[in-house]
Amino acid sequence: MMTLTYKNILTSTEDQIGIVTLNRPTVLNALSHDLMDELVKALEEFDRDDNIRVIILTGSERAFAAGADIKEMSDETTISIMNKDRFATWDRVRCIKKPIIAAVSGFALGGGCELVMTCDMIVASETAQFGQPEINIGVIPGAGGTQRLTRVVGKHKAMEIILTGRSITAHEAHAMGLVNRVVPVELYLDEAKALAKEIAKKSPVAVKLAKEAILKAFDGSLIEGLEFERKNFYMLFSSEDQKEGMRAFLEKRQATFTGR
Amino acid sequence: MAEETILLTEVKNGVGIITLNRPDKLNSFTDELTFRLQDALKEMEKSKDVKAIVITGAGRGFCAGQDLQSRSISHEEGVRPSLGDSIRRRYNPIITKIRRMEKPIIAAVNGVAAGAGASLAFACDYRIVAEGVSFIQSFTKVGLVPDSGATFLLPRLIGATRAFDLMLSADKLEAKEALELGAINKIVAADALMKEAIELAEKLAKGPTKAFALTKRAVNRSMFSDLEELLEYEAQLQEIAGRSDDFAEGVKAFVEKRTPAYTGK
Repeated sequence: MMTLTYKNILTSTEDQIGIVTLNRPTVLNALSHDLMDELVKALEEFDRDDNIRVIILTGSERAFAAGADIKEMSDETTISIMNKDRFATWDRVRCIKKPIIAAVSGFALGGGCELVMTCDMIVASETAQFGQPEINIGVIPGAGGTQRLTRVVGKHKAMEIILTGRSITAHEAHAMGLVNRVVPVELYLDEAKALAKEIAKKSPVAVKLAKEAILKAFDGSLIEGLEFERKNFYMLFSSEDQKEGMRAFLEKRQATFTGR
Repeated sequence: MAEETILLTEVKNGVGIITLNRPDKLNSFTDELTFRLQDALKEMEKSKDVKAIVITGAGRGFCAGQDLQSRSISHEEGVRPSLGDSIRRRYNPIITKIRRMEKPIIAAVNGVAAGAGASLAFACDYRIVAEGVSFIQSFTKVGLVPDSGATFLLPRLIGATRAFDLMLSADKLEAKEALELGAINKIVAADALMKEAIELAEKLAKGPTKAFALTKRAVNRSMFSDLEELLEYEAQLQEIAGRSDDFAEGVKAFVEKRTPAYTGK
């Protein structure tokens, strides 16, 4: 496997899990352009790596990511920010085929919260805080916050969070369905790994197609989504994993998946 | 008294000591004192040198609660104060910090603990109390509802029946009864109070403080997980009570040292 050296993130692997750690501690992991470029490269590298089944994206105990790098943005004009097309990087996060689990502690605000919501599952420490404070500096979420938060927590809660800019606790986020699990701060990364390991045991081809189909529920209309889901369901019947999985079920034994 | 000295802090042998220091006013809370207490708690939470905390009062009283003559709640020219906001900004952060901070906190109750002063003691993890001291739910005396976590903390310490009785009567809960009800840890002679409290704190500071921290977290989850929600609810109810004629009359009567004439409005 080719290993790139990064300045703003750390990467590691554990069993079949690829771990990306945001690492700009002095600025609470503010999401600079350089950091996002590195992040996407690392995610794509894990996505191509056959030894990796699940990806974990995490930050530090103090901050997952406290937001975009405002310094880079404050002098932009409509034309200049449009021409730079920085969100093209974010679109590439969305295109990662393997499941991404966000392991979140501390601040996940603004772009940090949007990055979390771009992931597929969220494990939070009790000390995590989520929010979209953009309104406080006269802008709005730009990396999907208005769309993804609304689809997850509903119109009314999303309005309150985005229009007040106030952050919510991990337990509140859990009650709203934004977060899968909340655990003590000492355990959030372990909990994310346990979840990753459970998923890594499944057929990788089924996991990928399931993720693709679940995302369709968000991406388009319901009818489009249902058709997409059906197509992927049918497609799995040409895989060895489907044959093996169903046979093992009927024979009451553990299935051995190969990814074919 | 100079503003700088209304709250004293000291750190020694792993123990942080916070002393409310307005002895001539029974250490009652002004705006400034509540903010100073918030800051002191925050600093001691962060400090690696502080492993256990003692909170006490200077002079005859532990803390008489809100200073009814201080600016933030007095009625100037018929303008009624927003007590809800005052509680949210001043008192609730203190109570939340005491509960959520993962260090053991001992109230060394040297004298009367009334109103928010009683809540302050109830929020702590230990209460070591000097002989003859009492706790008073003084809120309804001036037409207010118990706040700063009183309606959450006191029923959990002594049961709802006696707690409700004390809240409506504003009678003293004497140290002896508090001990029988399990609301306090120990009664000691007044001159031995600080020695006892500091000894306990130093012993805790030398213990397995990580296990202590996790234990406090678990007890918080077991007993206090809805604390913030109730603190906010108390603030809402106090906002209502603060707009009442009875509260205006209660404070007026208090200042004029006469019996209030309540109307229930």
